[in-house]
Amino acid sequence: MATTSTSAPARPPKPLTSGRGTRAADGPSVWMLAPAFAFFGLFAIVPLLGVALLSLTHWDGLGSPSFAGLENWTTVFTNPVTLNAMWLTLAMTVLTYVVQAPVSILLGVFMAGREKYRAVFSVLYFLPLLFSAAAIGIAFKALLDPNFGLSNAFDAPWLNRDWLGDPQLVFYVLVFVISWSFVPFHSLLYQAGVKQIPASMYEAAMLDGAGRARTFFSVTLPQIKYTVVTSSTLMIVGSLTYFDLVFVMTAGGPGNATRILPLDMYLTGFRSYQMGPASAIAVILVVVGLIVSLLLNRFSGADKMESQMEGA
Amino acid sequence: MMSTATADRRTTARISSSRSPNVLGGLAGTFWLLVTLVPIYYVVVTSLRPREDYYSSNPLSLPLEPTLGAYRRVLENDFILYFVNSAVVAIATVGVVLVVSLLASYVIVRNRGAVSKFAHRLFLLGIAIPIQATIIPVYYLIVQLGLYDSLLALILPGVAFAIPISVLIFTNFLRDIPNELYEAMTLDGASHWQMFKVLVLPLSKPAIVTVGIYDALQVWNGFLFPLVLTQSSEVRTLPLSLWSYQGEFSVDVPAVLAAVVLSCVPLLAAYILGRRQLISGLTAGFSK
Repeated sequence: MATTSTSAPARPPKPLTSGRGTRAADGPSVWMLAPAFAFFGLFAIVPLLGVALLSLTHWDGLGSPSFAGLENWTTVFTNPVTLNAMWLTLAMTVLTYVVQAPVSILLGVFMAGREKYRAVFSVLYFLPLLFSAAAIGIAFKALLDPNFGLSNAFDAPWLNRDWLGDPQLVFYVLVFVISWSFVPFHSLLYQAGVKQIPASMYEAAMLDGAGRARTFFSVTLPQIKYTVVTSSTLMIVGSLTYFDLVFVMTAGGPGNATRILPLDMYLTGFRSYQMGPASAIAVILVVVGLIVSLLLNRFSGADKMESQMEGA
Repeated sequence: MMSTATADRRTTARISSSRSPNVLGGLAGTFWLLVTLVPIYYVVVTSLRPREDYYSSNPLSLPLEPTLGAYRRVLENDFILYFVNSAVVAIATVGVVLVVSLLASYVIVRNRGAVSKFAHRLFLLGIAIPIQATIIPVYYLIVQLGLYDSLLALILPGVAFAIPISVLIFTNFLRDIPNELYEAMTLDGASHWQMFKVLVLPLSKPAIVTVGIYDALQVWNGFLFPLVLTQSSEVRTLPLSLWSYQGEFSVDVPAVLAAVVLSCVPLLAAYILGRRQLISGLTAGFSK
């Protein structure tokens, strides 16, 4: 037993250290986690539990909440406006994903090329990231104005529409604007992912006579698998929080044509002062988000974040 | 390692040059460039238009007599105040986030205990769930704490909501610090605080810049917190001011769009100064 210190060289003889009591092998004291933990606990975890509790109460946002049982939940699942909002959110999530994911991947692959002009392109592609959602919403609202906007620019009948006032059209316009604002970020992720692929793999594919498309599907796509998972998670979970853009551009209208779930939550809670049903809607958003990210991680086998930690 | 990396690079260069140019990719890329730039061009051009011209001219044409009048009208309208509010919130939030997240990430990477693992999972959960859905209890909490309608009401939850992504980026980064460096310092008798100060802090400078810019971007552009947690115009931040200008300047679109341009000037400046840093750090933080 006297040989402990020599058989474990990573663990230094104790008296030398002025450490704070934790052994070196255990790393720094967990108390250094405390500040982050306190902030996150108080303003994210406690509210997370709180929103579940509030969904079981009557509360107008001012007085104190009173117990309501499952009443809010029945309200939410029978309210046609909220049911419609659920449907719209699902449609919005699927549609924005179907537009964003391929565009981001292709753009990322394109940007990963080494020609000078692509570097210039990627500088410009990035620009929408510098605008706030409020700014983007306001800009597009002006641009799409039926009287003074884009429809006024060219003498083209297909352009001359009331983009945001037409209930059939407005939803797709929002899908476009959302994609416009989020594609830059995701294509950036893909660009980085593609750049990490070893050149030897492309060399091998070329020697095998693989064409551009074949190389893309057999080399590039499998190699950026984890980027696809990260990006997809962020896209899908993100679509449950699209709020500012829709709020600024349409406020849910015309009618309820763009009243997606997060907006329905806000309007129910902070406009109609029904915090109970609004909390129930919030719980739905949280649960759906959690399920989506768990599923994505499970299916892709990318419980990577944890395994990485264990290997550290 | 270094030499193989350069060799690899050389082969890729050869591969791409030996192929026929990617015409389809180039066309699609150019198309998306137009999609990106036309709205931005429109905003800038319109903000430089005289108010009367807005109604008569082609929206995509260059203004015949460009003017900064719209910018003057906005600046005369408390824009500076909102700007300062946003800056205070962003600086305070980012400052606190950097300190607490870096400390937390240092523990997560270096401590193998159960508490550290649990904390890591908890923070990752924050990325996986739409945390904005907790706005109602956050509102309740802020009212109970007597902080409603103050800048602090924006800073405190802002810090909490920025922690998950910051911890993710920091832990990805800190893992690359070789174990030998810590071991060497341990042998020299350094405490964990000393290691943090002498080793972790200087080495994570790039990550600090990245996280700082990314969080600042999020906070600067935040809309939901100011909308729900503040009320009076004295504590209004920029994105919310854009929204309210829309009502106030409803007949003055050039002014509204000038406010849009002004609101992203700091981000544009940050982008111009730290573009490489921002992009490489951002992507490394997410895609490892």
